[in-house]
Amino acid sequence: MTADTARPAQMIETSALSVRLGEREVLTDVDLSVRRGEWLAIIGPNGAGKSTLLKAVMGVVGHRGDVTVGGRAASTLRPRDRARLVAYAPQTPSLPPDMTVYDYALLGRTPYISYLGTESRRDKEVTGSVLERLDLTEFAGRRLGELSGGERQRVVLARALAQEAPALLLDEPTTALDLGHQQQVLELVDRLRIADELTVVTTLHDLTLAGQYADRLLLLAGGRAVAAGQPGQVLTEALVGTHFDARVEIAPGPGGRPVVHLIRGVS
Amino acid sequence: MRMAGALAVLAVSMVAGLLGGAADISPWQVVLQALDWLPYVHVDSGLAPVEQGLLFELRLPRVLVAAVVGGLLAIAGAGYQGVFRNPLADPYLLGAAAGAGLTTTVVIVLVPTPVVGIPVAAFAGAVGGVFLAYVLGNTAGRSGGTATLVLSGVAVTSFLTAIQTFIQQFKVEELQRIYSWILGDVGGGWDQFWLVLPYAAVSAGLLLAHGRMLDVLSVGDEEATSLGVRAGRVRLAVLLAASLATAAAVAVSGLIGFVGIVIPHVVRRLAGGSYRVVLPLSLIGGAAFLVLADLVARTVIAPAELPIGVVTMFVGAPFFVAVLRMTRQTAT
Repeated sequence: MTADTARPAQMIETSALSVRLGEREVLTDVDLSVRRGEWLAIIGPNGAGKSTLLKAVMGVVGHRGDVTVGGRAASTLRPRDRARLVAYAPQTPSLPPDMTVYDYALLGRTPYISYLGTESRRDKEVTGSVLERLDLTEFAGRRLGELSGGERQRVVLARALAQEAPALLLDEPTTALDLGHQQQVLELVDRLRIADELTVVTTLHDLTLAGQYADRLLLLAGGRAVAAGQPGQVLTEALVGTHFDARVEIAPGPGGRPVVHLIRGVS
Repeated sequence: MRMAGALAVLAVSMVAGLLGGAADISPWQVVLQALDWLPYVHVDSGLAPVEQGLLFELRLPRVLVAAVVGGLLAIAGAGYQGVFRNPLADPYLLGAAAGAGLTTTVVIVLVPTPVVGIPVAAFAGAVGGVFLAYVLGNTAGRSGGTATLVLSGVAVTSFLTAIQTFIQQFKVEELQRIYSWILGDVGGGWDQFWLVLPYAAVSAGLLLAHGRMLDVLSVGDEEATSLGVRAGRVRLAVLLAASLATAAAVAVSGLIGFVGIVIPHVVRRLAGGSYRVVLPLSLIGGAAFLVLADLVARTVIAPAELPIGVVTMFVGAPFFVAVLRMTRQTAT
């Protein structure tokens, strides 16, 4: 592992990260650290600032505090250099209905193409092979408006992968997917993470899923990081009960990872 | 393939444009004569000098101005739609029309012997209107959002139109001149063609070069930023180019409506949503459309002429509905 001496072990770091949107402070002094190749899931109740945290790392919302990506201070990176290091898929991506799947995935190559330039042969090759890996080749000519929910999610993932960035930020990648498709998408992300040594940061509202797939969890509440660690350390009845205002029972599940059950109220 | 088809449509419509009108000239002779005009090509079209003169001095510049203006309005419309991510955006959205209308009215009404020509006044007014809307939009709104920009365009348009209406009431006898300018005219001759050409080349070239960037913008500012694109900068560049195109078109032809909004739509319906296709095909399609509209304007009530703006709306609206119906299975 000689490469590790050249590359910093931490892929993404933030220190004292704060974000103010209008009058409201959405994030306050969040310290985050994600190791190369690790999967971090950000969990927390609605409005905790999960999506905003991803956006701040991505540089699409203004923030105070430092963000470091791949060992380099994000504030010193040109936008296109940052985009070569981190790819981002928002919770509800805008999918222009008339655009084809291929053209959409090709957008992921934007950081490698000059302002008024056109994509190179390599850009097309990368896009083609990403579509192939995600079983989307037959969809290449299909318009985005004609896709199902699960197909859309894969197409968004294809665009992010075409970016060839070592880190992937996915905001609620399983939103609006049924059980089977949730599993497929997360399995896919996991396979790609292992194959390409990607660093993955996702927000996930399903705590059990987060516990199943992520190496580590970060619990946000009220804009602050209130707990971080392995799934078993964060998914405790006390922490979840307090910060989600929910009554839960947590039991060991598959692979010893915690499974979160809601408990019906006593009437 | 699509590009070749579009160019063929444009060529046919230009020949038709040269043909249409009073004198009795065959299509074949027009084609031969058109070839003869090309440098280093000599073909005998069999046309009398008078007929040649009619074609060269009257019809040809008219067809060319119509083509350039139609192309500019359509590509500018496509550019505005890309920047605002709104299919209802048109080249006049940011006050270009109102600005040009005001300055032209001022020249017609208040300056007895024009010190500046109407084209110059219209151009300055169009640029000024957009500039005003842009400055207002950026100072009034937070972080230059597109919604604020559109709203300030609406404000500028109604404010300038109010002044224009007020001024034209001073000289009711000039109303007809003002309205005939507003409703559009592409019969200005070679002068107008040479006047508009350099602006047309620069603005259309810039817009065509931004096709890929507009595709990136179509996923929204946040995602465009995450792809390493400075969305604000792209928007400004496209707005400048599209506004220049609009101002150039308005300067030589008045306010021709509907082209800038309909043609890009038709193109999108027929050829897909990528701006790399929509921009060039809008340019060609807009050119062909306006040449044909002018042909209709000259021939329906010959020897009198309809204002071309009336034709674009009268013919354009049903045409648009027909295309929408034809392609309704592909959802947007």
